[in-house]
Amino acid sequence: MTLSKLPDPDQKVLAQRDTIVRDLEQLVGARAVISDEEGRRAFESDALTAYRRVPLAVVLPASTQEVCKVLKYCHERRLKVVPRGAGTSLCGGALPAEDAIVLGVSKLNRVLDVDFDNRTIRVETGITNQAISDAVAAEGFFYAPDPSSQLACTLAGNLAMNSGGAHCLKYGVTTNNVLGLRIVLMNGEVVEIGGPHLDAEGYDLMALIIGSEGQFGIITEATVRILRKAEAARPVLMGFASSEAAGQCVAAIIESGIIPVAIEFMDKPAIEVAEEFSKAGYPLDVEALLIIEVEGSEDEISRQLRAIAEIARPFYPSVIEASSSPEQSARIWKGRKAAFGAMGRISDYYCMDGTIPLSRLAEVLTRIAQICGQHDLRVANVFHAGDGNLHPLILYNSNDEDETRRAELAGSEILKLCVAVGGCLTGEHGVGIEKRDLMSVQYTQEDLNVQMRIRSVFDPDLLLNVGKVFPLDAGEKSAAAEAA
Amino acid sequence: MSELLRPAADWELQQMVAGCIERGLPIEIIGSGSKRAIGRPIDSAITITTASLRGVALYEPGELVMSARAGTPLSEVEVGLAARGQMLPFEPIDLGPTTGGPQGAQTIGAVFAANLSGSRRIQYGAARDHMLGVKGVNGRAELFKAGGRVMKNVTGYDVSRGLAGSWGTLAVLTEVTFKVLPWPESSATIVYVGLPDDLAIELLCAAMGQPLEVSGAVHLQASVAGRLEHPGLREMGKSVTAMRIENFASAVASRKERLKEALKVYGKAFELDHRESLEFWGELRRLSVMPYRPTLLWRISTKPTTAPKLVAAIKRYMPAEALYDWAGGLIWLEVPATADAGTAEIRRVVAIHGGHATLIRAEPNVRASVEVFQPLSPAVERLTRGLKEAFDPAGVLNPGRMYANV
Repeated sequence: MTLSKLPDPDQKVLAQRDTIVRDLEQLVGARAVISDEEGRRAFESDALTAYRRVPLAVVLPASTQEVCKVLKYCHERRLKVVPRGAGTSLCGGALPAEDAIVLGVSKLNRVLDVDFDNRTIRVETGITNQAISDAVAAEGFFYAPDPSSQLACTLAGNLAMNSGGAHCLKYGVTTNNVLGLRIVLMNGEVVEIGGPHLDAEGYDLMALIIGSEGQFGIITEATVRILRKAEAARPVLMGFASSEAAGQCVAAIIESGIIPVAIEFMDKPAIEVAEEFSKAGYPLDVEALLIIEVEGSEDEISRQLRAIAEIARPFYPSVIEASSSPEQSARIWKGRKAAFGAMGRISDYYCMDGTIPLSRLAEVLTRIAQICGQHDLRVANVFHAGDGNLHPLILYNSNDEDETRRAELAGSEILKLCVAVGGCLTGEHGVGIEKRDLMSVQYTQEDLNVQMRIRSVFDPDLLLNVGKVFPLDAGEKSAAAEAA
Repeated sequence: MSELLRPAADWELQQMVAGCIERGLPIEIIGSGSKRAIGRPIDSAITITTASLRGVALYEPGELVMSARAGTPLSEVEVGLAARGQMLPFEPIDLGPTTGGPQGAQTIGAVFAANLSGSRRIQYGAARDHMLGVKGVNGRAELFKAGGRVMKNVTGYDVSRGLAGSWGTLAVLTEVTFKVLPWPESSATIVYVGLPDDLAIELLCAAMGQPLEVSGAVHLQASVAGRLEHPGLREMGKSVTAMRIENFASAVASRKERLKEALKVYGKAFELDHRESLEFWGELRRLSVMPYRPTLLWRISTKPTTAPKLVAAIKRYMPAEALYDWAGGLIWLEVPATADAGTAEIRRVVAIHGGHATLIRAEPNVRASVEVFQPLSPAVERLTRGLKEAFDPAGVLNPGRMYANV
């Protein structure tokens, strides 16, 4: 395996394990500390299961005050801390280290205040993404960012990774939907940023904190925007003879002035697998399929779907199926929603997350097929086309060491390709441990220095989520540059 | 008189900043200079303008993205977008006229450096929400980039958005990349007149809670409405409460009726058609109802439902006229000129009700002696100073523009 290198654990810290556990138990109570081997093992990885490390101990505080106590203690003893939401990260963002404390926010899951007049909700960050929407659904409101793990993932994790979702073309990602934060810094200091009002004063600390992958502090509370749900939403399904035609069709729709809430793209291998498992009735004689959803009143939806069909005409869609009922909508979405799971049932897959400029789509898909072909691997593409966020699924057999290695190589070549055409390494999953060593493909050392200096402002001793986001040698290079 | 430098390339700017660091000279950073009267006055021997860093570097209408050199006039950006039926959705406000500067002169770099948004912010987000990437030179004379040109990007920290609203104190932006949107096909504005502040804000909040995507929600007190250019609204002598609907023509037609139906308990509504609507919101964008004069202008951000109480509380200390935007969440407050700008009272009231206040218009001697931007909590202040140190350890970029020693 060509996995990212993990730093060796500090033996002195490992030797003090019993003392540390006892101290933590005294601070927050024995029930909030998990120290037995089996209990700790449950936290050894996140959704990137290729990496596993059993942490020194796991602490699950039940209040901001307890988070302060734990961080202050760890800071004084220079103990590393790995923040954790629900552990659904696909990039190893919540991967523990053997000499680190995992600080999980899962007990901090209360709704603190719902304000429909001002369209905000204040919550503790261990709440799941879905639970935020559930708390306001009866009044017709919702919380917009909807990562596909939304049933399980926590707001804390969404904030750390600046998570997106299928509907962000219209509603933006996490950072666009947050008004206020309470963050505990590594030294135990509590900082309040923003509030129920718009645009916090001073520097935009919130912009820096959201997406900092748990390296700036532990966010314990947040005020987020809630929006009134559209009256209805319906999709249209279209099949095309080439990925190029589908890509051009997406651009033409957007340029026409219609901003659909979602534009999902599937290529032939993805369509075949999804259709086989879901029997959604997808056409099997097309190279690319688009599912485009619009919302509004029934009348507005019908007009928009008609307009989209008209715009699509020059791209010769061989199939156009506009939904006219909730049942039909559910069926159209069924295959897309089942795609990842279906793929997982036929093979292990490695899910990439690069973003590209939409105008380079056809070329990039061709290159991805070539790259995977060269490594003798199959690939399927299912992704959010409106914003160019690709999710190539590289199929491989995890029991075959050579194939696993080839999958990783192909993955990294694909991400380099995304950067080369003007895109980026990760659109919504984050860098974590997985893409850490590719950061220098996208950024110069000076670009990375700018970022690493910001990190040092929030966590000068570099104790939070160590070994992630930046190449391990980037810190040394930066220190050498500062000294020179 | 400060020396004016006009770098025409990033490397030239880099050399100029390096020279100033070496000589220990503070630099005032400007685009067109239309916002020079905002913020704490800067004592600098050198002024650098980005005016020669000009032009649209990339525009992909089908991807809703544009990159422009920082010194490109906003008007040039907007004309370029309009030619393809697109716009900056956050409708950047022009503070030039109200602060005694020119109208329509600001550069695109300055719009992001000051995070300036207009009425549409309530529905589409602020300038910072549309920021995708930047290039710039920091106070270490390093040329760096952050973010990129794609809509979704979580590769590393969100540094470009973090620079929005830093008023040139962390870096000189040389290029900005941002998200754009199509101009809506049509629009209409629903107007209620004569409502008191509290009822008006209640109405605006109710409108925002409808699934109609209201993209502007303002309330002008009667005295402020008396300065509108629209003759019908100006001459009524009453407060004006207005909401904008934008969409395809057919959707606008049905949505405005549904909005009126939802709000019928508040009385009879007037309507502005598409053309009148464009003019009305254009006036607000120029803030022409708050013309330049020797009074003070405060900008207060608060929770919408709190806004009328906040204004009433300030009125107990001083006469004040208010324009509420963002359904009440943004208050433009005009108060009489005094030596301390009413700072003590206004900041106390804002502290009680929550939010923050910035003194947008005051004489230079007043801006030099009071806190112009909202004072920061000790913890935030420490982080702020830390960021300044990280980007500009020598303190050469716009020093003191926002806060002393920042």
